[in-house]
Amino acid sequence: MRIVIAEDSVLLRVGLIKLVETAGYEVAAAVGDAAGLLTAVEEHRPDAVIVDVRMPPAFTDEGVRAALVIRRQWPEIAVLVLSQYVEERYAAELLSANTSGVGYLLKDRVADVSAFLDALRRVIAGGTALDPEVVSQLLLRRRSDPLDRLTPRERDVLALMAEGRSNAGIAEKLVVGDSAVAKHINNIFAKLDLSAADADHRRVLAVLRFLSVG
Amino acid sequence: MTSTGALTHAPWSARAWRDTTFVAAGVPVQLAAFVVLMSPWTVWVPVTTTEILLALVVPLALILVGAHALTAAQRRRFWALLGMDVPATAESLSWRGVTASVRSEATWRQVGYHLVAGPVLAAGGVLTVLTWAAGFALATVFGYGWAFPRSLRPGGWTGRDAYLTLAGLLLLLAAPWVAAGVTRLDSRLAASLLGPSRAKELQRRVEDLTESRAGVVDAADTERRRIERDLHDGAQQRLVSLALNLGLARETLTDVPDDAMRVIVEAHEEAKEALTELRDLVRGLHPAVLDARGLDAALSGIAARAPLPVRLRVDVPERASPTVEAVAYFVASEALTNVSRHARASHMEITVERLDGVLRMVLSDDGVGGADPSGGTGLAGLARRVRSVDGTFRITSPPGGPTIITAELPCES
Repeated sequence: MRIVIAEDSVLLRVGLIKLVETAGYEVAAAVGDAAGLLTAVEEHRPDAVIVDVRMPPAFTDEGVRAALVIRRQWPEIAVLVLSQYVEERYAAELLSANTSGVGYLLKDRVADVSAFLDALRRVIAGGTALDPEVVSQLLLRRRSDPLDRLTPRERDVLALMAEGRSNAGIAEKLVVGDSAVAKHINNIFAKLDLSAADADHRRVLAVLRFLSVG
Repeated sequence: MTSTGALTHAPWSARAWRDTTFVAAGVPVQLAAFVVLMSPWTVWVPVTTTEILLALVVPLALILVGAHALTAAQRRRFWALLGMDVPATAESLSWRGVTASVRSEATWRQVGYHLVAGPVLAAGGVLTVLTWAAGFALATVFGYGWAFPRSLRPGGWTGRDAYLTLAGLLLLLAAPWVAAGVTRLDSRLAASLLGPSRAKELQRRVEDLTESRAGVVDAADTERRRIERDLHDGAQQRLVSLALNLGLARETLTDVPDDAMRVIVEAHEEAKEALTELRDLVRGLHPAVLDARGLDAALSGIAARAPLPVRLRVDVPERASPTVEAVAYFVASEALTNVSRHARASHMEITVERLDGVLRMVLSDDGVGGADPSGGTGLAGLARRVRSVDGTFRITSPPGGPTIITAELPCES
């Protein structure tokens, strides 16, 4: 598994390389700006990129824009965006095309080594990794729609689904059995009017509805 | 205003000579308008009504047209000899500006100075010079006595000579006083008649102040951005890196003694907490998303983070200036903080729209009301920040609620 890292702070770039290598991945390139990132991706065709939102020259949203380019041009490459603050707008943009192989995390999360590597693994595996802070914000806000009908427990389950966790992951996190999780998820699908016909996508649709981007 | 001060100076002081030079130099300029007005009468004597009217109107028109040039001459005199600045009026000297100039009250004040004050001051100037001359002439009467041969002063020393000398000395003492008096009168008249009027002066001052305040507000805003950037590029990155390394140590080191590991774990947790605190602090300064995506994105960020549901509607087709955006962001974020802390509201609505060069924000909540801008909450600061860009800030918050804040921020279109 080869990864390209784009982070303008040298200190943090070195830390990220160490972190990623600890997990057994190979760092194909580590660059300091968005233009360098696109060149490196073109050259190395990595399996995943980790990209900071703010980078030179303007230090605003270069990373998000580069991530969107990568997702459009090389959809097979997983993208994990690190942001100083969780911005709904960035998250919605990243997720609007599709939710597979994409992650949006608060930069501070790299400090929680195992949780961060877990998120990275999920993204590389084609899953989603959303920062718990994004999820809790969105959860707090969406109170006036079908989501109102969810019980607090179902809400917890949906939030963990949105973070990109599997049934087993959710069961572990909530300390319940797999069957209980499956039951909650079925209830969620029912309450959100997601019919069994789109069985494959129901999970993604539920999350999208939850995030109000779908 | 003027540099005159005390009226009495010794005849030999520099001040006395400066005042004298000043008033003497004024005589030709001050008489110019008077001479122009009088000239028809010196050439021929108008008899018929038409002639008299012509003799009055033509010179007056000439003076009107030449008033600015005369004023400029006077201004130079004040500056060169007294170091006193008579501020210029805004009227232009060009021909195109003649009609405007004739209509302006500044021109008429100047004409007043040149026609009425001028001759009086010229008389004062002449009086000053005469006082000096007579003083010198009389004070040296005794000197003539010595210089002339005895045959020319048949009466010998007379009491009259003594009186004349004494009078001359008194005149010499009086001359600086006269010069200073005329200088002071001239300075006052010039300041009030030749310079801009009080209203104009105030208007100019308001313009200056508005401009300098806008500069200060922009500078403060730029400073906030700079601090945010510095913290983000410096302290924040170092802390993340530190927390990352501590996290790595925590995960990967297996052969550390228990108490050493406990220290690592504690340091790791501390670093993460510090990061959270720093993030909240920096966020309040100026979020990067505001620059990148504008008000809508930045406000949806804080709305999402708020501990109560916020309905946000932003309708700003064209982005306002960075400073206005920063103020609008500040208003919304402070109001949200206030509402979540004090209002016990169940939801809040924020509307931002741009109407004809005004960014209008309405923030309402269904809380307990009773918010008082004088009560030391963030409200006074909010009002100040809004007024710093010439905006208006209104709040209605009866006890029992609801609270509605309206802020209007001007933005050029």
